[in-house]
Amino acid sequence: MSGPFLNGAGMWAIYRTEMARMRRTIWQSVATPVITTVLYFIVFGGAIGSRIQHVGGVGYGAFIVPGLIMLTLLTQSISNASIGIYFPKFTKTIFEILSAPLSFTEAVFAYVGAAATKSILLALIILATATFFVPVRILHPGWMVAFLLLTAIAFSLFGFIVGIWAENFEQLAIIPALVVTPLTFLGGAFYSIDMLPQPWQTINLLNPVVYLISGFRWSFYGTGDIGVGTSLAFTAAFMAICVALLWWIFRTGYRLKP
Amino acid sequence: MPPILSVRAVAKTYKNGFTALRAVDLAIEKGEIFALLGPNGAGKTTLISIVCGTVTMTSGQVLVDGHDIARDYRAARSRIGLVPQEIALDIFATVWNTVSFSRGLFGKRPNPAYIESLLRDLSLWDKRNSRVIELSGGMKRRVMIAKALSHEPDILFLDEPTAGVDVGLRRDMWTLVRKLRDKGVTVILTTHYIEEAEEMADRVGVIDDGRLLLVEETTHLMRKLGKRRLTLALQHPMEAIPPELAGWSLELEADGQHLVYSFDANAEDTGIPTLLRRLGEKGIDFKDLDTSRSSLEDIFVSLVERAA
Repeated sequence: MSGPFLNGAGMWAIYRTEMARMRRTIWQSVATPVITTVLYFIVFGGAIGSRIQHVGGVGYGAFIVPGLIMLTLLTQSISNASIGIYFPKFTKTIFEILSAPLSFTEAVFAYVGAAATKSILLALIILATATFFVPVRILHPGWMVAFLLLTAIAFSLFGFIVGIWAENFEQLAIIPALVVTPLTFLGGAFYSIDMLPQPWQTINLLNPVVYLISGFRWSFYGTGDIGVGTSLAFTAAFMAICVALLWWIFRTGYRLKP
Repeated sequence: MPPILSVRAVAKTYKNGFTALRAVDLAIEKGEIFALLGPNGAGKTTLISIVCGTVTMTSGQVLVDGHDIARDYRAARSRIGLVPQEIALDIFATVWNTVSFSRGLFGKRPNPAYIESLLRDLSLWDKRNSRVIELSGGMKRRVMIAKALSHEPDILFLDEPTAGVDVGLRRDMWTLVRKLRDKGVTVILTTHYIEEAEEMADRVGVIDDGRLLLVEETTHLMRKLGKRRLTLALQHPMEAIPPELAGWSLELEADGQHLVYSFDANAEDTGIPTLLRRLGEKGIDFKDLDTSRSSLEDIFVSLVERAA
């Protein structure tokens, strides 16, 4: 074998271009999720939350902070990564990526890395915004960062798969709208899932977002619906499924190479 | 010297069952300009796409400068630049950024001086800070070429480079191709215009229905293609060719109303002036005359008929 074993310059080129796209669309990228989150705080935290005293020993406003961050992290990871790879497919510039001396893994790292970076930045911005509204404390900062990273990477991988699968903009929008948003709302972003009536409580245990939000909330306040170990295991399992799917896409050239 | 590109028994059948290539063998020498000629759907683009890695072959082997495109794809691909048929650009990026991006993607360190000279050569320097969306179609095509050359490839693929391109750009493109050849870059282009191949290429390959029908030096092919016909529409139909005209290869067509003279277009002396003089002496009048050249299509037809 001659030539470089790792195309670092190639990965960096993709990563930088993806980050530049975020700067180019700074208003959509940053302002929209921040404004949406502020609205959530006003409506759920202020208007409704003033009638709810405490959930799990935490003030309602503070209680929803981890859920809101997760909501943004999930939707942003998926939309960033899916658009990141769908856009070159749509403009046909993907030929350049496919013809470059770049491995599939390197391409995934670059696109998913950029998407995850963006969504983590947004999550941190929202966390900062939240501190203006409610007192936020973080009991396990190390675990919080771990959950943030794992979730951002896992759902960016998922978004990447959606972007490869999608053949038009409708398909690109349908997964976040029809799958992710409902799962997040049912996943306990705004309440503890033991507040749900049966059988929804049990059905909800199949919802992966429950585990993410619960684990993330635990890293803030030390309490969650599910044990932190289970939450971590579930996130890791979801990531493994995405990696397996990507491996299959690479082997078959699914929707990338005829 | 081993060929810079060697295609061995490469075949491709798409998922929908369409067979685009049937066991194609081809060897390209370093530094040559090679034209792949063929009608639409012949398999030209499929062949290029396989070599460049955007289409997976069904069977066969491709070596780029000795590197297998499947096993040793990094070494193989870093030597190749591709300008596809269709313009495909990130329209929001600036010219400078999109060309620099391509260089990085191919694993090369930034080299602003090289990018500058490339953009100057392609008359893009003044537009370097413009976004692609602001450029004309011709300018976008230049950007495509700049991207393909950004990583200093040894082999440049131009897929239908002059389809829908104005005269100025066409001329610039040929100047560029010659310049690249002088630097030792191998250029492989596809076209369905015989004139284009004639003007540029050292060798020509004719492809149809997924088969490479012939590969020949352009000068040889042109000699084959170079048969021309002079058709004279006679005032008075003729029954037979007068014996005085036996020195020319003449035929009568359309019930003796047309006198047809076949000649070699590349010959120094076509024999036309003396033929016309002799006709005048013989009092054979004609009301019209027309010349035609055996076209690429004729060659295809004869090649395909021979292959069948």
